[in-house]
Amino acid sequence: MNLGQAVLEALESLNSNKLRSGLTILGIVIGVAAVIAMLAVGEGAQQTITGAISGVGTNLLFVFSGNFQEEVRNPQPLTLADVDALRDQFQAPSVANVAPVINGQVRVSYSGEQATTTVNGVTPDYAVVRNYNVTEGEFINDEHLLGQASVALLGPEVAQKLFGRKDGVVGETVRIEGQPFRVIGLLESKGGGAFGSQDDVVMIPFTTAKSRVLRRTRDRVDVIFVQALDAEYVDEATDEISQILRSRHRIMLGPDDFTVFSQEDFVQTARTITGVFTIFLGGIAGISLLVGGIGIMNIMLVSVTERTREIGLRKALGARKRDILIQFLTESSLLSMLGGIIGIGFGWLISFAVGRIAAANNTPFTPSVGMNAILLATLFATAVGLFFGIYPANRAANLEPVEALRYE
Amino acid sequence: MDNDVVIRTEGITKTFRMGEVEVHALCGVSFMIQRGEILSIMGPSGSGKSTLMNILGCLDRPTSGEYYLDGNLVSNMGDDELAEVRNRKVGFIFQSFNLLSRASALSNVELPLRYAGIREGRRERAIESLKAVGLADRIYHRPTELSGGQQQRVAIARALINNPAIILADEPTGNLDSKSGKEIMEILLSLNRERGTTVIIVTHDPTIAAQTQRVIRLRDGLLENGA
Repeated sequence: MNLGQAVLEALESLNSNKLRSGLTILGIVIGVAAVIAMLAVGEGAQQTITGAISGVGTNLLFVFSGNFQEEVRNPQPLTLADVDALRDQFQAPSVANVAPVINGQVRVSYSGEQATTTVNGVTPDYAVVRNYNVTEGEFINDEHLLGQASVALLGPEVAQKLFGRKDGVVGETVRIEGQPFRVIGLLESKGGGAFGSQDDVVMIPFTTAKSRVLRRTRDRVDVIFVQALDAEYVDEATDEISQILRSRHRIMLGPDDFTVFSQEDFVQTARTITGVFTIFLGGIAGISLLVGGIGIMNIMLVSVTERTREIGLRKALGARKRDILIQFLTESSLLSMLGGIIGIGFGWLISFAVGRIAAANNTPFTPSVGMNAILLATLFATAVGLFFGIYPANRAANLEPVEALRYE
Repeated sequence: MDNDVVIRTEGITKTFRMGEVEVHALCGVSFMIQRGEILSIMGPSGSGKSTLMNILGCLDRPTSGEYYLDGNLVSNMGDDELAEVRNRKVGFIFQSFNLLSRASALSNVELPLRYAGIREGRRERAIESLKAVGLADRIYHRPTELSGGQQQRVAIARALINNPAIILADEPTGNLDSKSGKEIMEILLSLNRERGTTVIIVTHDPTIAAQTQRVIRLRDGLLENGA
């Protein structure tokens, strides 16, 4: 018997018991659909998150005080002197721009309306480094910085909260921690980012923040944003920054008391997290596939018992063990393969629906059904059918012809 | 060995174990069947005739003794070899027809050819075989759409398809009314007469046995008359 015939005969036999075959297939359909949908959601989440991080700029580096991997005692804070050192074109030729930031949570109010938001104390370079644009007004300039001016830029979300609109706010006066600030500009919307919404911010001059709002002593800086010349110079820039800060903090030996993060590091971290998440979801979905497989085994066992006489007859007519084995294995793998194919369709529909729901909730998120997920699910489903078919098929193949023929 | 001998058995025994008790179904049966014979095997129930039939049909192996079918020693063959012997040398006709209910008469008749690994001309051969039993106009009917006599004729067509050395019929008329039974016997007899097919009929019915050339009688696992 060749394979084509085996498949035809198996289809015939499955067709003769439509309800039973359908219900068995349903188990696999649910399993495969769940696997496909979960992998698609995981993949989509990964793409959305890494996309958001990449949107910040691929040539951007973040320098923090402290070391996230090793224990460091009394890490020295980053200071404005460190920032100046990083600006040195000879020691750090790969660095294009440096922007120190201090930040904190503050209360902002305007005629009774209140909002709690992040305030960033920034320098004019910050606009370039973080690629911020203003939709109206102007960014903070050197004069504001020198004069510790009481001026602020609002993110669109903050403007919405305070004024109920996203334009025409320049010239108004808001209170930050009770102190009056003149609004000099409105930031362009950047959407959600790796660290929460980038639109829910207020920016004020670095010097103002340091002395009057957030109060940092001894020229302390919370984060230094560094822009490398180009995405290709990120590694060189990282090395140069580390070199400079090590010598300035006098830690040429021992672990660093600062951390340089690149875009790529964030992307990697996010990938790892979403990868674990995907495997976790896929694993749970895989369990339902396993249950579907057990369903197949159950039905095939019933089918073998029911068709004992038929098996005996086939053996009397010259079927070898192998022929019977192939017959039943073909049936079980066809069941699971059909279930797999239908399941892929359903899984795709589910992930499409999840995407729609996410879009309706203003979370741009596109689950993507990858070719590898489809291949994996099909192969896995067929393997499940084969695996759970082996026992019943073996049982059928090993029936003694005499006894099988006598079976009532 | 004489080429005209199609079956030769030498002291065949068969012992079953039923728990602690050993049941001797056959206790040394030796006989020969000539090519082209038509004969019946008779005996009361429990005489071992079913066991003998299973062994003659290569569905089972004797506990001891030798069985030559068409010149080959088959009593110690493996499962797959026996399957091939059943496929090529033995045509079975059962009391309850044993047709696949969801397949057409044609597919039922074709089945042994599939297991023989034949791909070309299966259909033609199956149609030829169905014609030989007078069912040329019923080839696409399913067993449920055929009368008992017609079903048994399909079974005969199936038994004939591989030109077997022997046809083994187990109570072929047992489930049929007397008219259909008569027709089936006619077909078996004419097959023997016209084609020279060796036919072995296992039966209770003395009127059936009377129509064959020879009767082998079994009692308590032994032959009653000399073979």
